[in-house]
Amino acid sequence: MISLAGRDILHAWGKFVFTGIGLGLLIGATFTMAGVYRGMVDDAKVMLDNSGADLWVVQQDTLGPYAEPSSIYDDTYRSILGISGVARAANVTYLTMQVRQGERDVRVLVTGVTADGPGTPGWPPYLVAGRQITRSHYEAVADVATGFKLGDRLQIRRNQYTVVGLTRRMVSSSGDPMVFIPLKDAQEAQFLKDNDAIVRSRARTAQNPALNRPGVPGLLDSVITSQSSNPYVNAVLVQLEAGHVSEDVARSISRWKRLKVYDRAQMEHILVGKLIATSSRQIGMFMVILTIVSAAIVAFIIYTLTMGKIREIAVLKLIGTRNRTIAALIMQQAIALGLIGFVVGKITATLWGPFFPKHVLLEPLDAVIGLVAVVVICILSSIIAIRAALKVDPAEAIGG
Amino acid sequence: MVDKGIRIEGLKKRYGSGDTAVDALKGIDMQVAPGEVVGLVGPSGSGKSTLLKCLGAVIEPTAGRMILGDELIYDDGWKVTDLRALRRDRIGFVFQAPYLIPFLDVTDNVALLLMLAGRPNGEARSRAMELLEALDVGHRAKAMPSQLSGGEQQRVSIARGLVNRPPVILADEPTAPLDSERALAVIRILNDMARKYDTAIIVVTHDEKIIPTFKRIYHIRDGVTYEEAGEGRSFD
Repeated sequence: MISLAGRDILHAWGKFVFTGIGLGLLIGATFTMAGVYRGMVDDAKVMLDNSGADLWVVQQDTLGPYAEPSSIYDDTYRSILGISGVARAANVTYLTMQVRQGERDVRVLVTGVTADGPGTPGWPPYLVAGRQITRSHYEAVADVATGFKLGDRLQIRRNQYTVVGLTRRMVSSSGDPMVFIPLKDAQEAQFLKDNDAIVRSRARTAQNPALNRPGVPGLLDSVITSQSSNPYVNAVLVQLEAGHVSEDVARSISRWKRLKVYDRAQMEHILVGKLIATSSRQIGMFMVILTIVSAAIVAFIIYTLTMGKIREIAVLKLIGTRNRTIAALIMQQAIALGLIGFVVGKITATLWGPFFPKHVLLEPLDAVIGLVAVVVICILSSIIAIRAALKVDPAEAIGG
Repeated sequence: MVDKGIRIEGLKKRYGSGDTAVDALKGIDMQVAPGEVVGLVGPSGSGKSTLLKCLGAVIEPTAGRMILGDELIYDDGWKVTDLRALRRDRIGFVFQAPYLIPFLDVTDNVALLLMLAGRPNGEARSRAMELLEALDVGHRAKAMPSQLSGGEQQRVSIARGLVNRPPVILADEPTAPLDSERALAVIRILNDMARKYDTAIIVVTHDEKIIPTFKRIYHIRDGVTYEEAGEGRSFD
C-alpha cells in the first residue's frame, strides 16, 4: 500500500523540516531542562560519593551540613573514633563564598579538610593535576570548573592560597565548584572578622566588668583569645569498619554524643528531596509549559496542513478512501514531525549542554522517555486535525 | 433491467421536513447504456448536483430505484451496505477541476484507487499506465500534477475515473475550465473511453459548446428530467 503521509512529506519536505527544526529547538530546551535537573541530582550524589563518608555527624535537630547550618565542636571526632564500628572520622567545614583570583572572583564551596592525608573523609578522592595538600596552611586544591590553574594565588578572606592540585566533578549540590583548603584555615575563614570589628570587640570585652576584673589577672586575655578562635566545624565525616551496619553505628553515636547522624540514604534524601526540591519543581513547571507549547505547535501545524488539503481529502473520501487511511495520513505526518523534532532536539541539547554553567546530564533513559512522550503528544495533537478531516463531506468534491 | 450501465426510476430527494421541506428531485427517470455518453443539462438550482450526489452514493435519495450494472443498489433504501466500497469499485468520478492529489505523481494519482482497494502496487500502476497511454499522457507518467497543463490534468482525472473499470462514470462539468478546443477534446476522449471500456458516462454540463456533441440529453428543471435527442455532432 502506498504511504500517503510519506509522499506528502517528501512533496513538502522543506515545510516539514523547518517546522521540525523549530519544534526540535523547543524539544531541545525541554531535554536541557530535564538534563539540568538530572545534573543537580547527579551533583548531589557525586558530592556525597566524593566525600568518602558513610555517616554524617551534625548538630542536633539540624539537616546539616549541606541543607542547614550545623555547628559542632572540633574535638567531637575524637570521641566518635572510640565508638565501635568507626574506622575513620574527620572534621569538615563547608562555606559557600566568592573567592578572588586576580581581577576576578568565582563562587565556590570552600571545604576545610583535616590534614591527615589522602583517603581521609572529605578529601578529594582523585586529582587531574598537581598534588594533594601537604602543608597545614595556605594551600588549596580546586575543581577545574573554577577555572583556576596550578600555581594560581587565591584570596580567601584575608589570606592567600596557592593552588597545588586540580580535581574534577567536585561540586556542591547547587553546582558551585569546590575548593579544598586545610581545616584550620577554613575554620578561621568562617569566623574571621575584619580588624575594625576585632578592635571594637576587644574594647567591648575590656569594658565588661565581669570579664575584666582587677583581681583576676589574665582573665581578659583568656576571654579575648577565646573570642578570636573558632573551635567549631560543620560536621564530622565517618567511615565505617567493614562488617558494621551504618544504622547501628549511627544509633550509638546519636545516643552517646547527643548528635544527629545521617547515613548515605538519609543524606541523599535531604539533598534531593529537600535542598533541590524547589528547583526541581521549578524545572518541572518549565518542562510542563514547554511540553504544552510543543503540543500546541504540533496541533496547530498539523491542523493547518490538514485544512490546506480539505479538497483533496474530500476527493479521497469520495473515491472510497477509508476514514482510517485518512486518519493514518494525518497521524503519521504528526509523528514524522515529532520524530524530526526529537532528533533535532536531542542533537541540539547534546551540543549546547556543555556550554551551560551548570552540569547538564542527558540520560539515555530520559531520551527514550522523551521519544515516547513526543510520539504520544504528536498523536494526541493530531486528533483535532483528524476530527476535522473526518467531518469533511465527500460531496464537497462535487460542485453545486 | 439493463445488463450494465445505469438505470434510475422515480428517484426522489427531499431536503428537510414539514413546511420547510424542499423537493430537489421529484421522480427522475434515466437510463444510460454501456458505451453511451449522455448530457445532463439544466440551470443552477435545477437539481443537477443533487442527482449527481444521489447517483454517486454520496447522499441518500428519499425514494425510487437505482440499478448499477446488473445490481439493484437502491430501492427506497440502500441495498448495499458499504457505500464507500461501492464508490471505490463501481463508480468513476471526473470533477469540474481535476483535483489531483498534489503530492502523488501522475501514475500514482491514477493507480491510487486500485491501491486503496488492496490491489498490488505493480498491478495498479500497470493498469494506470495503460490508461495514461490510451489518453495520450503516458509520457507525463512521472510528472507531478503541478507540472501538467490544464488539459493534461483533466485527462489524468479521466484516467483516474476509469481505472477501476466502473459501469458508470459521473462527470461533473469536466470542460468548465477549458477552452472550446480542449473542451471538445475532452468530450471526444470520454466518448472514446465509453466505447472502449463499455462504460456509461453522464456528463453534467451547461457548456453550450459541447451540448451539441451529445446524442441524448437529459434536461433537468425543478427536479424533473426531460429526455431529448441531441445533435450528436461529429467532433471532426
